[in-house]
Amino acid sequence: MRNYIIKRILISILILIFVTFAIYLLMRCLPTSYVQTMAMQLSAGPNAKPYEEWLAQLTAAYGLDLPIPLGWLKWLKEFITGNFGDSWRYAMPVADKFKEVIGLSFVMGLISLILQLIIAIPLGIVAATRQYSRLDYGISAGALVGISLPTFFFASLLRLVFAVHLGWFETHGLVGRNFNQLSPMGQLGDMAMHLVLPIVTLTIISIGGLMRYTRTNMLEVLNADYIRTARAKGLDEKKVIYHHAFRNTLIPLVTIVGGSLPGLFSGALITETLFSIPGIGFTSYTAMRAGDIPFTMFYLTFLAILTLAGNLLSDILYAVVDPRVRLA
Amino acid sequence: MREEEKNVNAAPEREENYTLNDDRRVKVLSPGRLVAQRFFRNRLAIVGLVMLVAMFAFSFVGGLVVPYGQAEQFYTTEVLKKEYVGVTRNDNIRYSVPDGQSFGALEQAEFILALNKGETEFSRKDVQYRYVDEGGDFYSIYMGDTLVAMGYKDIVNTADGKPELSFPVKYEALKAMAGGQGSFTADGGSYTLDGEHNILLNGEEVGYISRFVVQPKENGVVITRHFKEALEEALEEHIDEFVYTDTDGVEYTYTVSYDASAMVWSVMQGKETRVWDKYGSPSPAHPLGTDGNGMDMLVRLMYGGRVSLIIGFIVVGIEVVLGVIMGGISGYFGGWVDNLIMRIVDVFYCIPSTPILIILGAAMDAMQVDPMIRMLYLMLLLGFLGWPGTARMIRGLILSLREQEFMTATEATGISVPRRIFKHLIPNVIPQLIVTSTMGLGSVILMEATLSFLGLGVKFPFASWGNIISDVNNSYVMTTYWFIWIPAGICLLITVLGFNFVGDGLRDAFDPKMKR
Repeated sequence: MRNYIIKRILISILILIFVTFAIYLLMRCLPTSYVQTMAMQLSAGPNAKPYEEWLAQLTAAYGLDLPIPLGWLKWLKEFITGNFGDSWRYAMPVADKFKEVIGLSFVMGLISLILQLIIAIPLGIVAATRQYSRLDYGISAGALVGISLPTFFFASLLRLVFAVHLGWFETHGLVGRNFNQLSPMGQLGDMAMHLVLPIVTLTIISIGGLMRYTRTNMLEVLNADYIRTARAKGLDEKKVIYHHAFRNTLIPLVTIVGGSLPGLFSGALITETLFSIPGIGFTSYTAMRAGDIPFTMFYLTFLAILTLAGNLLSDILYAVVDPRVRLA
Repeated sequence: MREEEKNVNAAPEREENYTLNDDRRVKVLSPGRLVAQRFFRNRLAIVGLVMLVAMFAFSFVGGLVVPYGQAEQFYTTEVLKKEYVGVTRNDNIRYSVPDGQSFGALEQAEFILALNKGETEFSRKDVQYRYVDEGGDFYSIYMGDTLVAMGYKDIVNTADGKPELSFPVKYEALKAMAGGQGSFTADGGSYTLDGEHNILLNGEEVGYISRFVVQPKENGVVITRHFKEALEEALEEHIDEFVYTDTDGVEYTYTVSYDASAMVWSVMQGKETRVWDKYGSPSPAHPLGTDGNGMDMLVRLMYGGRVSLIIGFIVVGIEVVLGVIMGGISGYFGGWVDNLIMRIVDVFYCIPSTPILIILGAAMDAMQVDPMIRMLYLMLLLGFLGWPGTARMIRGLILSLREQEFMTATEATGISVPRRIFKHLIPNVIPQLIVTSTMGLGSVILMEATLSFLGLGVKFPFASWGNIISDVNNSYVMTTYWFIWIPAGICLLITVLGFNFVGDGLRDAFDPKMKR
């Protein structure tokens, strides 16, 4: 087991190195006008150095004057030592900006994940136990609608109905206009009110996948021989489903949910952007559109690490939860 | 009739004639027929199929049927109002002085004082003045016996294109009007004053008297006598709006509003202008209204659907071709080839595709790539980022198929490698491939729509459901013009849902373990 984990981690690191190279290659192939724009802005300030000096300094600072492999090595060295550079868009160290916004994204993702689990798993089980009933059709269709809903359209509809027409929630932003005058509890409430619509969007959009996954796995388990045996023994149907079947359905569920845990840190790019919630997704979107290379490089690498961590975690969990699985 | 009945009854009779172990007693369906049967029994799949057929018809046939083009702009006439003139009723006494005399502001003040007190004489710096009230707010002011000034409220205007009237003429004209006389002589000419206060010299109009002062709000506006008359008529009858045709025959609508505090009537000139029919409401000509560029929404939706569907098919095509080739090679040959390809797939899997597409979109924005070329890049990128999933699936399938007996049989019978791959392996992965591609079409369309929504995918002048919905970024459009973005969202939802329903139905139909 330990050997397997070590091997997987080493492979993940190798993959990560290649991913960073691919990302670096891409960033270097972009038109360099971003650096030029940046230098132009910097040189426009009072008592600033002339444009050429800024350009040379920036180019050197980001290793853009080096050939691509060397520049990449330089970047990798800095990254490993924890120096992520300064964000151009936010004019502060990337790591500081990241610390500032990651908490919010995590909270949003966590609440949404808990809601998804609470709603999707029971519905998936009900659909599976009553396969081909009207309820099953309804739940399956609902899950597919959730998967098919374009995030931006659904978010716009929610905003139109609940924020504009009913006026219950705010259309965008994290804090209201009178945020600073509120008591600490009031401030928390204000933020919570602003987060309702984004969290609802996130939940509805991603609930379908989990629901279908639960249903498929439950169906598979229900068709297994040991369930037939349990029924043949004359066990109560409730006991069959919740004791024998459900616990076995949990194996793939734990695996997939565990694998999605690192993803909680990745933020919801589209939803955060639509609602202007200053989490990691919206922050990165703004940085990407502004051509903020240091922040973007960091964010992309971060996402790649999260994906790898998720895969690793779900593989390990699979072995931990299911005693039949033996890892070599 | 009888014959038909016979035929219907004939079939069971024949069946009974077969011996019990006759194969013909068993109804045999080909695997394809079985799949079709299972598919058509699935209600959701049928709903999905109907949705897809409807959306395809809407996008591809609809564009041919409608009379408008994709980028055809529609115009509407709109009345643009601008301030034309301001009118004040003259309620202050104005003064005119004959040549060689003077009547300054201080003298005028003394005159007003005397007038208010009702005295007919006043003095200023030891000079004695007297005035005669001629009636109708018209006063002649004398110093001794010499006329030094006249004070009046009605104003003598010169007719269009006539020389300026001299003081004596103005004086006599006002005096005649105050006295209600129809004619007067002045400066050696004999003038008549008609009922409309026009001053005529030898039957020709040289001026007119009016209490209204009309001032143009813009430089270079010449206000004609006729317009003034029409305006005065409107003011006297308290009409808010009147139509006046100018000398060039152009008809304008004027609206009059009175500002009580400034005692000014302000007259707005309404001019009909042709403008783009921006955000036109739904009407028989445009059932879904028009968008911000004056283009018909229904037509934009149709062409948008075409773009979205074509992009979806091309992208999935690229994914399938790349995925089948790479996955097939990897699974069939195994060994270091498999290892290499799978590591490449792993790397691609870890590259976050949405952020990459956003960055490249922003870069293309900066480079101002032509919308058509951009669309091509978008398809290539989406396909190139999407193939690893297909490759992984194909590899897994082929790995397990390779070990099965029928593959050993192909090897034993000496069938060539390409034939083994294309004739025996690939057909076995096609069902799975169809299912994932159908579901994949939905997600590619969603991805494209999301990018277009963010302004980083399909760009104007091409329509795409995503970039139609991006109008909601303008909150005024979002709240006011539902017909701009809600239909596009519904089209998008129906299409993606259709693909998912059909894909789901196909998955169940292809799965031999399914009980139905």
